[in-house]
Amino acid sequence: MPQVTLTVNGKTNTVEVEGRTLLVELLREKLRLTGTHVGCDTSQCGACVVHVDGESVKACTILALQANGSQVTTIEGLAKPDGTLHPMQEAFREYHALQCGFCTPGMVMSAIDLVQKHPDGLSEKEIREGLEGNLCRCTGYHNIVKAIAAAQDVMHGRAQTLAPAAE
Amino acid sequence: MYDFEYHKPGSLADAVKLLSADPDSKPISGGQTLLPALKHRLNKPTSVIDLSGIAELKGVRREGDKLVIGALAKHVEVATSPEVKAAIPALAQMASTIGDTQVRNRGTIGGSVANNDPAADYPSAVLGLNATIVTDKRRIAADDFFQGMFTTALEPGELLVAIEFPVPEKAGYAKMRNPASRYVMAGAFVAKTGGGVRVAINGAGPGVFRQAEMEKALAANWSPDAVAGVKQSADGLNSDIHGSAEYRAHLVTVMAKRAVAAAG
Ligand SMILES: Cc1cc2nc3c(=O)[nH]c(=O)nc-3n(C[C@H](O)[C@H](O)[C@H](O)COP(=O)(O)OP(=O)(O)OC[C@H]3O[C@@H](n4cnc5c(N)ncnc54)[C@H](O)[C@@H]3O)c2cc1C
Ligand code: FES
Ligand code: FES
Repeated sequence: MPQVTLTVNGKTNTVEVEGRTLLVELLREKLRLTGTHVGCDTSQCGACVVHVDGESVKACTILALQANGSQVTTIEGLAKPDGTLHPMQEAFREYHALQCGFCTPGMVMSAIDLVQKHPDGLSEKEIREGLEGNLCRCTGYHNIVKAIAAAQDVMHGRAQTLAPAAE
Repeated sequence: MYDFEYHKPGSLADAVKLLSADPDSKPISGGQTLLPALKHRLNKPTSVIDLSGIAELKGVRREGDKLVIGALAKHVEVATSPEVKAAIPALAQMASTIGDTQVRNRGTIGGSVANNDPAADYPSAVLGLNATIVTDKRRIAADDFFQGMFTTALEPGELLVAIEFPVPEKAGYAKMRNPASRYVMAGAFVAKTGGGVRVAINGAGPGVFRQAEMEKALAANWSPDAVAGVKQSADGLNSDIHGSAEYRAHLVTVMAKRAVAAAG
């Protein structure tokens, strides 16, 4: 069987896969990193978004072998070892940007890529457009957009701490 | 998905060799079309040949009055490339509206043009700009390349290497997206060059096509009003749950007007 070597959340793994094994299957079933979800399995919903070499991709639409040699970050790799959440995770919590939470790992990974690509900041409209590949069946998106708007200020160093959500 | 062997050749010559050795093999670039198709078992390749390591298929560069885009250029690269933005801003703008961020981070121009989905964006730019498709064997004019739904002049095992776009005086693109799938219901790419005016319509029919009456109208008078009076016939256009052929025919004129306005 072919082998894939990739670094996931800083740890290098070598895993046997089939030609058809998807990256999301490798993450969930071989590495037991089940934070990355599969919603549609048809490239529509974005629940499976992870970062491959710093770019957000749908892990259900890339073969494990195509990711050979790459650096992968999943939702499990965001918080510090002491449990301190990434500013985007903290913002999702503060702004009540999730209900059932199924879309959340992909939403957070897409949001981080979006904010990193826009160091000058994103308008509300740009945030909404940037989330085109992520579907949420619960929240109606408003609080997700608010969370990303608040997190970007912390991520770009324009604010020390997250602006608290309105009561 | 059925299982297959996976190969990642390091050169164009090796890729061509692998493809010709196995008639049931398939190339993969970004996989944003091929992998969903394989999941549906629409296709059963014995081996999948990953083109992503082939240097000859990469890069975006200006060569005199042409813009040359390697087959492996991702949608995000075309959307953000300073060379593309300077030479053909309408092409960069088009690329920035394909699918979503994650699709644009993986999907490539070569994969999209080789696939020739009737609802894809790039084919109208390739036809509208009178581009040349460069393969591992030959050069193909856009007018000969697109042959209807999911069909092109590419022979089995032939690889798209690059696309050469003549830099136009003006070009513009407008599309109406299906609100759910976000694919094109009807789109129009218009271009004005030294060689004349071209209008290519995507999304509306079973394949991208040129709109000769609009080309004539725009050659006489380059303005949105010139195409406003040109009616597209509904004969042969797509009719499905998303819209009737008559609706799409109406959209063609509206999109052409918007495309000319966008071109300025
Ligand atoms: C959710 C979603 C939304 C999308 N929205 C849009 C949209 O709005 N507009 C749009 O235009 N597209 C859209 N797409 C399609 C997307 O643009 C694909 O990236 C593109 O159609 C194919 O590019 P690829 O590199 O992924 O090709 P692949 O999937 O790798 O290949 C596609 C086909 O081309 C062949 N092929 C690939 N490279 C070559 C080559 N160099 N030479 C010869 N044959 C080759 C493959 O064998 C395969 O048959 C969308 C896709 C998804 C998943
Ligand atoms: S599971 Fe990958 S996009 Fe829905
Ligand atoms: S919180 Fe339930 S799908 Fe988004």
